[in-house]
Amino acid sequence: MYQYDTFDHQLLADRVAEFSDQVDRRLTGALTEDQFRPLRLMNGLYLEMHAYMLRVAIPYGVLSSRQLRGLAAVARTWDKGYGHFTTRQNIQFNWPRLTDVPAILQALADVEMHAIQTSGACIRNVTIDPFAGVAGDEIADPRPWAEIIRQWSTLHPEFTFLPRKFKIAISGAIEDRAAVRFHDIGLRVIRNDAGDLGFRVWVGGGLGRTPRVARELRPFLPAAQILGYLEAALRVYNLHGRRDNKYKARIKILVDEIGIDAYRDQVEAEWHAAGGPALVVPEAEIARVADFFAVPDYVTLPDATVELARWRGADSGFDAWMGTNILTHRAPGYAAVTVSLKPVGGIPGDITADQMDAMADLADRYSLGELRATKEQNLVLPNVRQDQLHALWSALRSLGLETANKGRVTDIISCPGQDYCSLANARSIPMAQEISRRFADRRRLDTLGPITLNVSGCINACGHHHVGNIGLLGVDKRGAEAYQLVLGGDAGEADSSIAQITGRAMTAEEAVDAVEVTAAVYLDRRQDAETFIQTFRRIGVTPFKEAIDAAR
Amino acid sequence: MPLVKLNTPGGLTAPVADWPLLAEDAYVPPTGPVLVPLATWLAGRDTLKDRPDTGVWLAAGDDATALGDDLPAVVAIRFAAFTDGRGYSQARLLRERLGFTGELRAVGDVLVDQARFLTRSGFDAFQVAEGSDLVHFEAALGRFSVVYQAAADRATPVVALRHPSYWSAAE
Amino acid sequence: MTQQIVTASRLADGRVLFRAPEGWSTDIHDALVFTPEEAAAAVTRAQGEPTRVVGAYAVDVDDAGLPLLGRERIRVFGPTVAPYAAQLEA
Ligand code: SF4
Repeated sequence: MYQYDTFDHQLLADRVAEFSDQVDRRLTGALTEDQFRPLRLMNGLYLEMHAYMLRVAIPYGVLSSRQLRGLAAVARTWDKGYGHFTTRQNIQFNWPRLTDVPAILQALADVEMHAIQTSGACIRNVTIDPFAGVAGDEIADPRPWAEIIRQWSTLHPEFTFLPRKFKIAISGAIEDRAAVRFHDIGLRVIRNDAGDLGFRVWVGGGLGRTPRVARELRPFLPAAQILGYLEAALRVYNLHGRRDNKYKARIKILVDEIGIDAYRDQVEAEWHAAGGPALVVPEAEIARVADFFAVPDYVTLPDATVELARWRGADSGFDAWMGTNILTHRAPGYAAVTVSLKPVGGIPGDITADQMDAMADLADRYSLGELRATKEQNLVLPNVRQDQLHALWSALRSLGLETANKGRVTDIISCPGQDYCSLANARSIPMAQEISRRFADRRRLDTLGPITLNVSGCINACGHHHVGNIGLLGVDKRGAEAYQLVLGGDAGEADSSIAQITGRAMTAEEAVDAVEVTAAVYLDRRQDAETFIQTFRRIGVTPFKEAIDAAR
Repeated sequence: MPLVKLNTPGGLTAPVADWPLLAEDAYVPPTGPVLVPLATWLAGRDTLKDRPDTGVWLAAGDDATALGDDLPAVVAIRFAAFTDGRGYSQARLLRERLGFTGELRAVGDVLVDQARFLTRSGFDAFQVAEGSDLVHFEAALGRFSVVYQAAADRATPVVALRHPSYWSAAE
Repeated sequence: MTQQIVTASRLADGRVLFRAPEGWSTDIHDALVFTPEEAAAAVTRAQGEPTRVVGAYAVDVDDAGLPLLGRERIRVFGPTVAPYAAQLEA
């Protein structure tokens, strides 16, 4: 993992001092709330329904056991003993006091973490494939680039008051697990015919009230030129993005309005005028950062085929977990394990301080001290020896973290919704909990196979409902909560699609029933081994619509 | 509103009177001090550029590069709202693209907490509220000893401190 | 007839406050019930306490003095989801 040097530490120390001063000035009245709001937001501090909410960046989702213990300490000391992992590889604390935030930031700084730019109209936490560096299908590791971009974007003087927030995602594997085409800028690590490392650059993707699949900005950009190019792309957006209407201020609308070709021409012109290909990240810096992500000293191991087969045969719980929560690792004899934060009837992404500490211990014991946070609101132990999988699973079981549902319909992605969020139209969590209970049966889960289900409490789409195979959106029906069901979304680069509306908004109960009907239509209409999304693509939304209407 | 200027790094001059901003299409007085809109400047550049007390002010939507090579001694960039960040890009274009070396003023809705972003983007003079306490402003200017990016202020970015040999070769 | 209470967030810790006879209270039972005109005046007065409260607004309530809208009820009683709903008194 990346480790801070004295410069990184100094910057964070300066930042903590600055924010402490801003908090003081707010408390004494030297700053008005209008002046303070953008400053606190730039530090991830919101004022929500019941209290302040602090969003802490987990840089590109990579966490050390020490950092997770640091987060547990924050939850225990200054919050109510739990945290919530978000769909952007961040963690949120729901109950901090404004007066405690400087102390929290200091505690975070001690473990090389911060809340810088986790909100506000600036460049947000870069997100990447949670299996970076360990996935079997990786072309190149995106982590060094994510760190290089993190540093460049941190307190960038020119891009801190953009028209709107700006999100960057990087994927380095064959399968896109970072949803690059649903970000303001998506970077796909590739190699050109000459074998040089670079990025395929996508622009103008996003969810919210105007969902858009990103368009291609550049088929190949040499990797070392990334910062100069991003600077040009951001400058054109900063100068020309709309500021008259916050719903039209994201870069996707600029690209819609002037067209991808005009936007590209402006970016290329700006980039060349500024120095273009000559603006490179120094070789030595790329090497320095990449060194932190060098392949660890894996023990040379055979795949533990025989033991695993024996354990799986002896224990159906372990067998199910192996069937869903394990990803092929690049090193023989190892596995990457997803620890589901979606127990039946639980709150997606929530984790208690005790569980955080326990997970940190398990990471030390079984995963070289490292964890990842995923946009699916789960945790990953990236480096587990196959011959220790059963021991790990047993330990997880004693913590209630052994749920075998990764990628299944109960692996529900959900925003906090109206239980916490002041922008919400409806509650998200109870909806997720009810669906999770209805589909809890193991055989049902396996019969339905891979399905993504996403719940957002309003059109801001923090639960990414537009890219759920099944999506639920909270809407306001004359002051009462209601839900709209959408179907057919897909976040992957190759098959990106935005979910389609099935009909009018329903009550919570009707919506859960409609999800059941949707599942039934799929099972009835699927051919051979088709997944839900494959069946949906073949038969379209109409059969689902009809069945849902008929059931009402 | 009074204007303060950077003198030594981190320090500010005592407040002085700011120059008035002339409205679009307004009559241009025969002598300054005055800041004229971009269009007025472009139309009357040949006569205006010899007046030492006449500069240009840019609105957020103006194309800073339109000033070209024939630059005034003073440019003011007006922030209608402090959340409108176009002025930062305009400032960098002026300094880094056009090579503007005159005085670059941030006027309008400018907050103390943006001081560092402003100086890093190339501003060296700032409108401040009447009677405002410059202690906070100076504190904000001195707040960060480390920067991650190269920008218009020529502060040495961390990457150059980490790899001194690379940077001297590139300069 | 429309009845309202006035609510805001406490600056120092963000907790939900209600306009009470003596200043502000965290307990809904202390909340004063206003006519809309009185409530509007109380909201305006709250702007005179910028270092104490943030974002004051009026909320329609029923005869028991509880908000009519679901959202506002959640704000009064806390998140509806266990296991944390039990921890809200702190
Ligand atoms: S989607 Fe809406 S309700 Fe959910 S967290 Fe985002 S803003 Fe809040």
